[in-house]
Amino acid sequence: MGGWIYTIAFYVCAALLVASALGVLLLRNLFHAGLSLIAALFTMAALFILLGAEFVAGIQVLIYVGAIAVLILFAVMLTQRIAEEKVKRYTRALLPGLAVALALVIVMILVTTGLTGYGFTPFATEDTVGDIGKALLSTYVLPLEVISLLLLGALVGAIVLARKEEEK
Amino acid sequence: MTITPAHFIGLAFIIFAIGFLVVVVRKNAIAILMGVELMLNAVNLILLAFNRIHGTMELDGQVFAIFVIAVAAAEAVVGLALILAVYRSLGTVSIDDLSALKG
Repeated sequence: MGGWIYTIAFYVCAALLVASALGVLLLRNLFHAGLSLIAALFTMAALFILLGAEFVAGIQVLIYVGAIAVLILFAVMLTQRIAEEKVKRYTRALLPGLAVALALVIVMILVTTGLTGYGFTPFATEDTVGDIGKALLSTYVLPLEVISLLLLGALVGAIVLARKEEEK
Repeated sequence: MTITPAHFIGLAFIIFAIGFLVVVVRKNAIAILMGVELMLNAVNLILLAFNRIHGTMELDGQVFAIFVIAVAAAEAVVGLALILAVYRSLGTVSIDDLSALKG
């Protein structure tokens, strides 16, 4: 997969993604952290397109940015007082958490260096969206039905949990 | 310098570590959910990158990523409903204050 445009696009997206993910970690105001999460999800969709997964990128924008991120922002607005700037951001687990994350990164770098020999294989068909649809309704039809049950359960559970207590 | 799938996988590892750090370290329960979303997204990126390494006759990686996104949606909905219920009964979503089950 070539071209310097592709390389530049990858590095720009990677820088934006790491920056906005760090924003989720570092920003004091939780609403700003939520906006940073939206930026991270958008750049992730761009990376999906760079990997040739246009359909997954579209799903990502629709579900993550359109639904989950807005839901998270609503929850932030419902539970935060806007003036709540003085609150501490981090728990006591800051140093152990940093140590474990660092160890995680080191192990993963070791894993990644073993993968550098692999290149991109081209897609067999042009019509990846059609192939995904066929796979979902033939090979993966059982997981698809289970997912629909899971979503129904989550829907009912969320309604039960979020409903106001009835007055006795 | 050409981009290989290893670049995408390394980037996904970095994002996963940041998401893990958000989950472990941030105090607010909603921020923890944001960290979980970051980790799930990193896993999706790895799935799509491996889908390009191996034969792309089948689109298993992409189908699996779609399932991950659906499960993430369910997780976010139930998690936020739980957080709102906790907030209504205790008046806080700070993890340090939710210690009623401490042994």
